[in-house]
Amino acid sequence: MARPAFAQNAAPSVVIIGGGFGGSTCARELRRLDSQLKVSLIESDRRYTACPSSNAVIAGLRDFEAQEFDYDALVHGGIDLHFATAIGVDSTARRITLSDGSTVSYDRLVLAPGIDIRWGALPGYTEQAADRMPHAWKAGSQTILLRRQLEAMKDGGLVVMSVPANPIRCPTAAYERASLIAYYLKTSKPKSKLIVLDAKDSFSMQRLFQAAWRELYPGLLEWLALSEDGRVASVEPETNTFVTDFDRHRADVANVIPPQQAGRIATLAGVADRTGWCPIDPVTFESRLQPSMHVIGDAATTGAMAKSAFAAHGQAKVCANAIVALLRGERPPSPKLINTCYSLVAPDYAISVAGVYAPVDGQLVDVEGAGGASPLEASADFRAREAAYAEAWFRTITRDVFG
Amino acid sequence: MRSAGVAITAVMCGLVSVTHAASSQAPAGAAACSDCHPTSDQAGIPVPRLVGRNPADIVAAMQGFRSGQRQGTIMDRIAKGFSDEEIRAIADWLGAQR
Repeated sequence: MARPAFAQNAAPSVVIIGGGFGGSTCARELRRLDSQLKVSLIESDRRYTACPSSNAVIAGLRDFEAQEFDYDALVHGGIDLHFATAIGVDSTARRITLSDGSTVSYDRLVLAPGIDIRWGALPGYTEQAADRMPHAWKAGSQTILLRRQLEAMKDGGLVVMSVPANPIRCPTAAYERASLIAYYLKTSKPKSKLIVLDAKDSFSMQRLFQAAWRELYPGLLEWLALSEDGRVASVEPETNTFVTDFDRHRADVANVIPPQQAGRIATLAGVADRTGWCPIDPVTFESRLQPSMHVIGDAATTGAMAKSAFAAHGQAKVCANAIVALLRGERPPSPKLINTCYSLVAPDYAISVAGVYAPVDGQLVDVEGAGGASPLEASADFRAREAAYAEAWFRTITRDVFG
Repeated sequence: MRSAGVAITAVMCGLVSVTHAASSQAPAGAAACSDCHPTSDQAGIPVPRLVGRNPADIVAAMQGFRSGQRQGTIMDRIAKGFSDEEIRAIADWLGAQR
């Protein structure tokens, strides 16, 4: 069937910056919806390392290689891949400048840059500090570094994790990580301890996590809330020390989950506000600050919907559908979005939190009566089934995105 | 002439988009299903494929999860986010996908 042309002899050009769960999904969905569209993807790395399930790698339960994906399927799908870093966006000329000196023009631009660490926002936590106290909040060499440090730690050592205030990417992942590090310590270094220093007094699935910790890791894992002097005021990387208001914790292995913000290109393109994140229209994911630009995934401010790969994947498809509608001069349909986060507490024990969202008055809000966490009381079989679904989710979504 | 070309294109947009909306544009919520539900039969995945399935079966399953009649681990929490009309639209669309 003949498809409409945007202008005489010129197919519309949609450019996506960022080849993660959001960006890659958006690129493929655009091509699926309209094979006449010229779709380009700008990505710094030739290989993508997935964050979801990387906590299992850190705990020694999973191979690092299972986290790596390439872009061959996207190339075969007719997407123009530019392996370079976007260093500037001219919104008037609708042109992106890349690190290799080339430029890419767009009719519509989708930014899916993920997060960048806010170096120095936590005093003492500079880029150099991450070589000693890894964040492992961007998967790759940091994941391997934290794993090696845990392997090298003596039995009877102290692991300390710090968790900042929200918003961060995947807020439940910090507690999954604590759970799986505790599992590793219990099974390999049982005289060791783990302390989690939290800048918050509550967290997603808290009762589920704490019930599991009481059952599986008693005496091994200690969580200090904000009100219990859990908030870290500064770090001293030379000695792996976390400084709180009234205490100092010197760790053998230190994991700092630091303050973060939208990937740098978002600020350069003018789509990030003072919070460091990107406000968007939840129907189209268009930037509220820059016309003809869209922002999806972790970089976007998405109301009640938390940041996750699951969320980015769904937002990417809604965004792609909206762009195709807009290019045809049609009104994009009002979407519903789903988020689901699985957290592995032990190899055969997972819990989950889900949400269904709809745009109301320009914000994504929870659909009443829907979503919520796994039941507090459940059989071991239920917990094991959720663990199986968690593994299946990773395989299915990565196949949908990169396969 | 440019304006006539644009007018013709606009009319074609209207005609073509209706067909495309029916076959390609996912109804509200449907885009997220493929996170967990594989789009092809895959060995070792405990979550069922939905694309190409009988829409009536999908509707029955979603309504069952929503009412609690059908047991699941997470689908009850997700199904509760959708009305009968939305469920029907999602089921029809999934059934028509390949």
